[in-house]
Amino acid sequence: MSAVIDIQDLWVEARSSGGSFQPIVEGVTVSVYPGEVVALIGESGSGKTTTALSAMAYSKPGCRIVGGSITLNGRDLLKLDQEERRQLRGREAAYVAQSAAAAFNPAIRVGDQVIESTAIHQLMPRDDALREAVKLYQRLDLPDPERLSSRYPHQVSGGQLQRLMAAMAMSSSPALLILDEPTTALDVTTQISVLSAFKDLIRGQNTAAIYVTHDLAVVAQIADRIVVMQNGKVMEAGATEQIISRPENAYTQTLMAAVRPPPKSISVEGEGSDQTDDETIVSVDSITAGYGRTETKIVLQDVSVAVPRGKVVGVIGESGCGKSTLARVIAGLLPQRSGEIYHHGQALPHVARRRTRSVLKNIQIVFQMPDVAINPRHRVREILGRPLDLFIGLSASARESRIDELLELVELPTSYKTRLPGELSGGEKQRINLARALAAEPEVILCDEVTSALDTVVGKAIIDLLKKLQANLGVAYLFISHDLSTVASFADHVVVLYAGRVVEQGPLASVLAPPFHPYTRLLLNSVPELRTDWLDGVVASKAHLDHLGQAVDSSKVGCPFFNRCAVAVNDVCNRRDVPLRQMAQGHTVACHLELDALRE
Amino acid sequence: MVRLLIRRILLGIVVTWVVSMMIFAATELLPGDVCHAVLGQGATEQSLESCRERLQLNQPMHTRYLQWLGRLATGELGTSLANDLQISDQIGARAWNTVRLAALTALIAVPLAVLLGLIAAIRADSSVDRGISIGTLCFISVPEFFTGVLLVYILAVQLRWMPAVANYRDLTRGDFLEVIEALALPIATLTFAVLAHMTRMTRTAVLNVMSSPYIEQAILKGASRSRVIIRHALPNAVAPIVNVIALNLAYLVSGVVVVEAIFRIPGLGTLMVESVIYRDIPTVQAIGMLFCVTYVGFNLIADVMAIIANPRLRHPR
Amino acid sequence: MSAASQVPSGADLKTRFTPSLIIGLVIVGFWLLVALFGPALAPHLESDIVTDMSYAPAGEVGLLGSDYLGRDVFSRLLYGARMTMGLALLVTLLSFSLGVILGFIAAISGRWIDGLMSRINDALMAFPSIILALIVMSALGTSLMIMIATVAIIDSTRVFRLSRALAMDISVMDFVDVARSRGESLWWITVREILPNTLAPLAAEFGIRFTFAILFISALSFLGLGVQPPAADWGVMVKENLQGLLFGSAAALMPAASVASLTVGVNLIVDWFLSRLGGDVSQELMN
Ligand SMILES: Nc1ncnc2c1ncn2[C@@H]1O[C@H](COP(=O)(O)OP(=O)(O)O)[C@@H](O)[C@H]1O
Ligand code: SF4
Ligand SMILES: [Mg+2]
Repeated sequence: MSAVIDIQDLWVEARSSGGSFQPIVEGVTVSVYPGEVVALIGESGSGKTTTALSAMAYSKPGCRIVGGSITLNGRDLLKLDQEERRQLRGREAAYVAQSAAAAFNPAIRVGDQVIESTAIHQLMPRDDALREAVKLYQRLDLPDPERLSSRYPHQVSGGQLQRLMAAMAMSSSPALLILDEPTTALDVTTQISVLSAFKDLIRGQNTAAIYVTHDLAVVAQIADRIVVMQNGKVMEAGATEQIISRPENAYTQTLMAAVRPPPKSISVEGEGSDQTDDETIVSVDSITAGYGRTETKIVLQDVSVAVPRGKVVGVIGESGCGKSTLARVIAGLLPQRSGEIYHHGQALPHVARRRTRSVLKNIQIVFQMPDVAINPRHRVREILGRPLDLFIGLSASARESRIDELLELVELPTSYKTRLPGELSGGEKQRINLARALAAEPEVILCDEVTSALDTVVGKAIIDLLKKLQANLGVAYLFISHDLSTVASFADHVVVLYAGRVVEQGPLASVLAPPFHPYTRLLLNSVPELRTDWLDGVVASKAHLDHLGQAVDSSKVGCPFFNRCAVAVNDVCNRRDVPLRQMAQGHTVACHLELDALRE
Repeated sequence: MVRLLIRRILLGIVVTWVVSMMIFAATELLPGDVCHAVLGQGATEQSLESCRERLQLNQPMHTRYLQWLGRLATGELGTSLANDLQISDQIGARAWNTVRLAALTALIAVPLAVLLGLIAAIRADSSVDRGISIGTLCFISVPEFFTGVLLVYILAVQLRWMPAVANYRDLTRGDFLEVIEALALPIATLTFAVLAHMTRMTRTAVLNVMSSPYIEQAILKGASRSRVIIRHALPNAVAPIVNVIALNLAYLVSGVVVVEAIFRIPGLGTLMVESVIYRDIPTVQAIGMLFCVTYVGFNLIADVMAIIANPRLRHPR
Repeated sequence: MSAASQVPSGADLKTRFTPSLIIGLVIVGFWLLVALFGPALAPHLESDIVTDMSYAPAGEVGLLGSDYLGRDVFSRLLYGARMTMGLALLVTLLSFSLGVILGFIAAISGRWIDGLMSRINDALMAFPSIILALIVMSALGTSLMIMIATVAIIDSTRVFRLSRALAMDISVMDFVDVARSRGESLWWITVREILPNTLAPLAAEFGIRFTFAILFISALSFLGLGVQPPAADWGVMVKENLQGLLFGSAAALMPAASVASLTVGVNLIVDWFLSRLGGDVSQELMN
């Protein structure tokens, strides 16, 4: 049996900002056989997408393929002219992009885009193609398949669009499917249904597939073989089982080490060890906050959280649930509508500028995007020096040596003092951000998704650093993340946020063990685990996938999770205010169900 | 969408209303009154009085404003301060020259600019694109009077291909060829002035669309170049291009004033400039209002078309 | 339209001289020298009548011939350089200070003040610029001071819009929020956090405004509403000698070509700047 796609010794160059061409893919060899899924993994910029796109003889603007051979179904693509290449694209190989929302043309109906390949290559009449599309929609569990074709992209939700991308790719029954991080932009709870839909489809059609991702746990579910890339080169290639359980290459081992264990497997000794008599530094009480002038955009509703001295409070929830808003309210960047923020029991003014210097000093914030969180025109010395001047007040020489100390604290060379942010990598910028917060010697640092924009390995190093600082300096964190594994590996106390409301909170151990709030349970079950049979195991209980297509509903009556909850009680959950149940010391769950029901 | 359209049209009306107030208020800026300013130091008490009478300066401001609006609406604009001719007659006699010049220019410039902009965008970074880019950069930079003077100097004076001065007054009745011959140079001058901006902005708008992920997706489906452009790029480029056109038809309004002066065409532009020199304020106000309404109208049309062209608004969730 | 996605990086600005940039620098440098030293080197005064021959051809009288009154075109061209460029620079400086200061104030102050200022700006921008100038000048007269003020105010509306947009884009960035959460004053935030990040696009805008001022002023002069004779201004010179074209005199062509070359030169420099700034910002500037 011959390979569907056989890429040998591929070299690709890209134009650098100076105008000269630099290699970005160096001698990569990959081949995929029918019915096989090969994953390309590696951190961002390692050349995964470039390699995958070359299988369609395509390179992004500014890039060019300079060497090697690419054989698709027995033909060497690099020997074909433009027109012959065009004939292959969409017919023999199809592409699923990372962001479906951007890859769908906003001006054309979904159906016409799904069947466009068949129209371009005149594979079948339009009516037949549309009928086939409806069958694909059904197999992908898309709601309302009969009418879906006539919608416009903005009328379809993100998770559904991503599945429609798969339908679009499969409409012409290509021999090769290229999937480029197709679930990265999705929330975990949505990712699971999309992932299983993709898997069914590929298995069902016996299609060969190249799956690009940076997430090893996702790869484990779907790939037969894995190719690990770094800096444009292949580090290691092998069967999925082998790479996951016995990585040989040093870089692969680092990647594996950075994967956090799934939260379910974490066992925390001593249930509910916190709360007791730790002094509370910062707390918010029944905060309601939102954007805009009118009441239309309420984002946080009745949120109460407390951060004890030296502890880590993790805040978890999907994107848009109001996590960042919470941090902004506490930092005094967004005045709340109602409720109070307390610092050592004292209510704080809503706006940062009105707060006392000592309050400002003791509550620091670190943002998600390292690129925009520091002023690109300020040098590192200025960035770290400003909080020193404001909050500490040192002589010139003491200031200078304190800056050195701070850089050492975040494990950066002191020579970085004179650099501009543009001269630092993403991880280094994030360390500077952290050092700036530390400069004020705060009691608590609000960390908003501080690792989300970083590659896994770099992110893990930041988490390790945070842990070390906590142990050495006794600083507390409000640690916000959409990634349950990260929070679970780190937090003492966990707050689960859904549609701007706290649905469950308590000591880490109690939150990770039954009784669960139904949403927490869903989250826990959705985090992919690093074993190849995880997805099949989860999807065996297909019931819980059914509700996930729904968009988050933030209606004010009843339980916000109602439309996605597998165990919801109609006429109760959607009608009545949700009671807050005390489970154990400091552990609360907001749900209509009784303790026993939540336990199973 | 309908609500959005209605809101946009109402906004257009409000803008027109504000503009009319500002134009009216221009006369109130003066330290003395208009008559003092217009008739100068040597004016007799009697002439001042008759002037005030004519402009009804004795009445309160808001009454005069309302009366002025009424006169604008009915076209009874009264007589000019410079001579005793009816303002509406003067405008009527000259408007056709201006409208004809502007309309013919638009007819040539708009399709040409869109075409050039498309070519430049589709062949981005090729030598064609660079040529268009340098050419348009030069034409953006040079004043209309330079293009005009150069064209006259080369085509009419040196080569004697066409008349340097035409008798525009008789053109009203002239046959088509005569009109074209007489207006060729003014139209060419004006075209160069608006063409460059329109071409550049069209190019940017199309390039923006062409760099979207959905264009790449279409290419990866095997769509041909023409399919990518016609089916995928153009529908999304319509709104920005329409905006570009409207914006530049507004440049046309300004350009017309200068071009009429170069070629001494008796149009609204020259009338307005003459009136400014004679401080004939009522005439200036009337023509200014006319130009502004046209300008606001173009922008309104562009916005309306952009709203209609947006699938998100046409097919709400 | 938003530049929020990326702060233009200044590092790129240092790199790569292109041929068109060099041409632009040479042209602008040349005219700057002419404006500074030209009048001192001119063979005649701007108002001297040197011959009784109108429209004498180049070479016969002076270097470039004589104009409709028999004045030396070459000398008037040198004086005109100072007049035209000086006026344009003055207008640009005025409009720039006005636009940037008000734009920043609008961007950082509350909804109410910003709304009011923006509406006024919108109203001014609802006029075609030359029409607005004509209306104002018909009411207030056509003195030089009034022309300068009018053009500067009209010009500042675009500066206002750009600097407000730039400041807004930057002020929602996380590093500004970090400064706010430190309790920094509005002054510090504006001057230390926002302003440095707007300098590059504002520099490009200065060039654009400068060419606009040159074109606008010479157009007004050409219409007889700007600089008044006998002062030499390039626009005035075109107007005065327009008739001469019919007799084959290039006296109108020379000043027109001078304006054109100067503005082309400035635009070549601006274009280079824009290409270094990246798409979003340059589009904001172009419109
Ligand atoms: N500046 C803003 N103006 C209006 N709405 C906003 C703004 N910032 C965030 N939102 C909305 O508030 C909600 C919560 O946002 P955010 O707190 O950023 O969520 P998270 O951090 O959990 O992803 C989202 O629906 C988002 O669209
Ligand atoms: S209240 Fe009802 S809908 Fe909400 S989580 Fe509990 S069971 Fe589900
Ligand atoms: Mg967030």
